[in-house]
Amino acid sequence: MSEIAFFGAVEIGLVYALVALGVFLSFRVLDFPDLTVDGSFPLGAAVAATLIVAGSDPWLASALAIVAGACAGLVTATLNVRFRILHLLASILTMIALFSINLRVMGRPNVAIIMQDTMLTPFYGLGLPDHLLRPLFVLVVVAVVVALLAWFLTSEFGLAMRATGVNARMARAQGINTNLHIYVGMALSNGLVALAGALFAQTNGFADVTSGIGTIVVGLAAVIVGETVLPLRALAWALIACVIGSILYRLAVQLALTADVIGLQASDLNLVTAALVAVALILPQLRLRAGKAAARGGK
Amino acid sequence: MRISRIVLAAALGGALATPALADDRMKTVAITAIVEHPALDATRDGVIAALKEAGFTPGETLTVNYQSAQGNPATAAQIARKFVGERPNVIVPISTPSAQAVVAATRDVPVVFTAVTDPVGAQLVRSMEQPGGNVTGLSDMAPVGDHVALITEILPNARRIGVVYNPGEPNSVTMVKVLKDEATARGLTVVEATATKSADVQAAGRSLVGKADAVYVPLDNTVVSALEALIQVGAQADLPIFSADTDSVERGTAASMGFDYFELGKQTGAVVARVLKGEKPADIPVRVASGTNLVVNPAAAESMGFAIPDSVLGRATKVVGK
Repeated sequence: MSEIAFFGAVEIGLVYALVALGVFLSFRVLDFPDLTVDGSFPLGAAVAATLIVAGSDPWLASALAIVAGACAGLVTATLNVRFRILHLLASILTMIALFSINLRVMGRPNVAIIMQDTMLTPFYGLGLPDHLLRPLFVLVVVAVVVALLAWFLTSEFGLAMRATGVNARMARAQGINTNLHIYVGMALSNGLVALAGALFAQTNGFADVTSGIGTIVVGLAAVIVGETVLPLRALAWALIACVIGSILYRLAVQLALTADVIGLQASDLNLVTAALVAVALILPQLRLRAGKAAARGGK
Repeated sequence: MRISRIVLAAALGGALATPALADDRMKTVAITAIVEHPALDATRDGVIAALKEAGFTPGETLTVNYQSAQGNPATAAQIARKFVGERPNVIVPISTPSAQAVVAATRDVPVVFTAVTDPVGAQLVRSMEQPGGNVTGLSDMAPVGDHVALITEILPNARRIGVVYNPGEPNSVTMVKVLKDEATARGLTVVEATATKSADVQAAGRSLVGKADAVYVPLDNTVVSALEALIQVGAQADLPIFSADTDSVERGTAASMGFDYFELGKQTGAVVARVLKGEKPADIPVRVASGTNLVVNPAAAESMGFAIPDSVLGRATKVVGK
């Protein structure tokens, strides 16, 4: 794995860390299995890229991408809370609708911004090579998001949101408006995922309508890998675990890409990636069992 | 934390396992496609076949690395970084997203893209004629110029080319624009007739009778789906109908030229070979793959009141009805 490939994996891992944080909010905090992200990721990319091509400021474009993603989350939340559609189904409906909406936003399946100014353009001339600058930029964004989320989720409003996810009935009995917290949480979650899409478009030069496929799988894998390697209960650590899990997932993909050295084919990529992630999840269990066995042996 | 250390150690192990840079005689070409797909796979095989013909034998004087993103643009971005980090002599991305990911990841490694319909729209190059930078390649757009040349070869007296298309299809609009450029360059004029639904195709065809010497059908889903209606007009009014796709010739248009994706790959491989031999991508214009399959339908031509000359019949790769 070359330096460029390594930092490329870290960079894409950091971009998808925002997806992992969004998925953490919906799946873990709100206990709301949300598949909207497969649509809100390309939505963020589409809105940002289209606005940038139209001459808008890239920071403003990215902010509006977050707003668009938040709206998508609100649609899912409305279908679920207001119209009592099962959460999974509500999110699937929004996800498939977003495919058409993304095509409408872009007017075509693919919008290129390779030659346009992005949020990163002002930093390219500062002497740092591109392959280090991009992950550093995304790292700063992710760090800010993690800090804001940690603050939010330990505020009174955030604690009420966590209570909504843990036990909605109990939360309501304590006077918490659980519906409001589902709306806000889903908007926040999909806003983050859309921000990831906007960053992906700007660091890779294009928005493509197919780029959302499998986003939920990657996000969930990152959350679970993170929980496994960093099984700490403190909230800030749980957020950092999402980021680390996402980077580890991308390193696994990068490792799988070099698997042709041991005689595997290009088409084995997804299998090797799955196997590497499975190993990352199984190893701690083995360690635990080995520890227990050692404890028994000591008696 | 221990696991992350294990994975990191494995990652570093992978770094060490990467083979050292080969010697000067050995050239490396890295090929990537967005997904496994018969057309894209055939393109890749064509690239390798052309390189072999040019004297670069895989395993002897050439190393070919191939990666598929398995349909995932994020993986395509990672493959791009991997290839850029390995610094091969040429990277060959197949399909638009793969090409964009590679072009965004490097400003110095030579890139020869292929199977991209609109390279300028995809921002891979600033212009087709002068790509500049480290990027050139081939577009897989239908060879409209070849089609116009074919029409004028079969009908030397044709001056006005009619075109029936749906203005709601972006592809058709692009093709009609290219048609106008190609026709103007040859001193011909283009007469447009639009059909927004298949039911309008026949009327659009009739409107061209007397105004055009031949009718060209672009890759337009609306018109091609109602092709028989147009062919009927052609037979009734002795108006020659030509199509952009070769499949339509079997349905009754007079002739067309096309390429298959293996052929596209071979034409791409020829450009890759030029770069391997020392040419700069910036100096190689991006071009549309040239048509190599010539399909003609003499019976259809006869019903439209003209004959296909022997010179064209002689080099046809397929004659419908034979």
